[in-house]
Amino acid sequence: MKIELRDPNEIMKLSRLGSFHQSKLSFLRSFLNEFKDWEFKRDIFNLNENGYGEAVYSFKKENRVYSLVCFANDIKDDERSDRVIATKWDAAFTLHDGIPTKNDIERLKNEVPKQEVGRLSYKELTLSRANKSVRVFNHVVESLSKGNQPDLDLLSKVGYLYRTTAVYGSGKFGLADRFRIKNRQEINGPFRLEMMLVYLVRQFTFDQVNHVAHYKDPKNAVKLDEKISKNLGIGNSTGLGMAPFIVNHPTLLNNWILSRETALKEIREIKNIKDEDSKLFIECVKKSLTNITSWNTDSEYQQIKIKSLLSDVKKFLNYIENKFDFKTEYAFNKIYLWLEDQTCEECIEYIVSIMMEPYNNITEPLVKNMSSDEDKYFNIPTSRTVEELKIIIENKYPNILDINFEKKENNQNFWFISKNKEEPRLADRFEEHGSELEQPLAIARDIKKLYEKLLSEKNNLTIAQFLSSNSELRHVVRRAFIVEKFPYSEIQDNTIGKSIVPIDMLRLKLSFFGALKFDPRSDKWLRICMFQGAPLPTQLKNYDEQWVYKVNN
Amino acid sequence: MRSLSEIETAVKRASRSVGFSWGNSEEIGKSIRQLELFGLQGVKNLNQYYKDKETKKFEDLNLINEKNEASLEAYCPIIVGISFLDQIKSVENFKIIKFKKIAYPLIFLSFLSRASEISGKKIHAKFDQNEILFNLNVNICSNFLNQEFPIFANEIEIKFLNNEDSFTESEWNSLYELAENTFVEESDSLKQGAAGAGLTDND
Repeated sequence: MKIELRDPNEIMKLSRLGSFHQSKLSFLRSFLNEFKDWEFKRDIFNLNENGYGEAVYSFKKENRVYSLVCFANDIKDDERSDRVIATKWDAAFTLHDGIPTKNDIERLKNEVPKQEVGRLSYKELTLSRANKSVRVFNHVVESLSKGNQPDLDLLSKVGYLYRTTAVYGSGKFGLADRFRIKNRQEINGPFRLEMMLVYLVRQFTFDQVNHVAHYKDPKNAVKLDEKISKNLGIGNSTGLGMAPFIVNHPTLLNNWILSRETALKEIREIKNIKDEDSKLFIECVKKSLTNITSWNTDSEYQQIKIKSLLSDVKKFLNYIENKFDFKTEYAFNKIYLWLEDQTCEECIEYIVSIMMEPYNNITEPLVKNMSSDEDKYFNIPTSRTVEELKIIIENKYPNILDINFEKKENNQNFWFISKNKEEPRLADRFEEHGSELEQPLAIARDIKKLYEKLLSEKNNLTIAQFLSSNSELRHVVRRAFIVEKFPYSEIQDNTIGKSIVPIDMLRLKLSFFGALKFDPRSDKWLRICMFQGAPLPTQLKNYDEQWVYKVNN
Repeated sequence: MRSLSEIETAVKRASRSVGFSWGNSEEIGKSIRQLELFGLQGVKNLNQYYKDKETKKFEDLNLINEKNEASLEAYCPIIVGISFLDQIKSVENFKIIKFKKIAYPLIFLSFLSRASEISGKKIHAKFDQNEILFNLNVNICSNFLNQEFPIFANEIEIKFLNNEDSFTESEWNSLYELAENTFVEESDSLKQGAAGAGLTDND
């Protein structure tokens, strides 16, 4: 049986993209898979009794070494902020290409803690900073120093000791450009070095908390239990900075979504499901319930989504255990059709992710397709005609063409770059100043503008001729030719409407990172947790691939 | 040192701020990035051009012909460059393309490098005493490395080079004879037994 890929006009709507969950394709899971046989080492651990100083961790294989250089600093409580506008952090990190020399560490000591105002070199690959969850960190130190393990209830509510507030890569602030390292097989997957940084930072947080507890009471202190450590991840606060990324990298976005859609299609096309595969699938769904019930958020928006997710997953389990036979042909296709009919978007995408668990043979080849050589698709095919472009737009943006941008609510917001912090922001164009400096992120509106302009042109006019007098539409002409080849490259929604929920855009990206427990703090920023339940570096050689569904179990 | 990613982003934003459309600004970002990758002073020239643009009026050229001459002070190197890229299919049919008066020719040349890749042909450009060869956007060869690039070109001649060998047939044969010295002369028994296929296909 041949199953069609799902329709981009359905899947690329923001509400659907904002319902995506982590899966085997997620970058932190594919990172662990790639680096599981690398040698992990703590090379330097030079902290004072309060936990301030430098540390270096590394992954090594043959002649290749990646080193995380950490700087832990003493900051006052009132200097600690999750927002990107902060200027001081509890710890700052960079991933160095190779083994850092003493000179490198001295140089980095001056630059890394400054973050955006520091300068890195081509020898550094990623940059980040993190703040303690002071409540949890202090509690853990206190408990360990007295010889006790910490309160698991408190730990499970938060899920981490530190949270990062930004992770930078790809040439930012002088870091190495992607082209310098793109031919390395081990990082042939998006954000792999960012994932490595976060993973190693997680280990640093455990080592630091143990170190501080030890110096607090050397006689009585105990180490944090490895099982407890394993159930802790790294938090992350994410704001609007991530949102434009998925608009600005259309072919990359396509390759992420297309891989997910291809995996689903191939799973739905399996005629006979093996017993062990159906058992693993059901086990993961069952165990994952803990992830839902331990998902804490004050956001009413997310609480409603979690409630309907939990209710629908229970309904699904009842269906699968009492009314469904995995011996039936094309069982996963039947399951999928049932989900579409009976459950919410959040649940559909949740189960779609879990469907991938038994099928390494399907997901592993797809992981290799999730990067993109974007420059290859940058040039506009200017010898094509206006008629061809019109047809592309009609076929690829049918719902966008229905939006009336004359209506105020469809044109309510604008995206801009803040002068203070050079970060993307969203504001009401009718209430705030600055809309004349709008960023080119209103793709739906501009595509419609382009289409209307094309309607008044001769069909046989070449795109070169059209562009010679319509350069203001060039950015969307480029996109239309990209979406012709890459069906999932475009968000099929209005990114400037009154009802936009920007965190849907963030959540899409974070789900591909492999984040858990999305906790919206407003419609514009959220907190998440990464690597919670993941094997520790010393456990990588032989770990349970389904660790993500066994957190706190 | 600034990364190429930083250069591309800053150039794109700066270009937008001086009045180019976002789409054109993306093109400029890509081209200047490429110049800097090749070790040419793209950022410096663009910066100077944008300063000059505040006080001088440069002419746009939207349709490229075999002979193009600016009626004002000089052509805008960016609009000429983008037009050249866009019209590559028609422009490559011209034997020689001549431009008179182009401001900041290095900026224009960055688009020629990309045009060479799109057309799949090497491009030769000549202005004043300077000669430049664009190799499919893989590299740029010129005879004035380490020299300041002029901020004005009175005349530029551009030629698409046919894809042909840079050596004679006899030079090739001479080299090939050396290569043949690594081959083994086949005896009758080798002819019979060493090949995978049969001696006849008439079966």
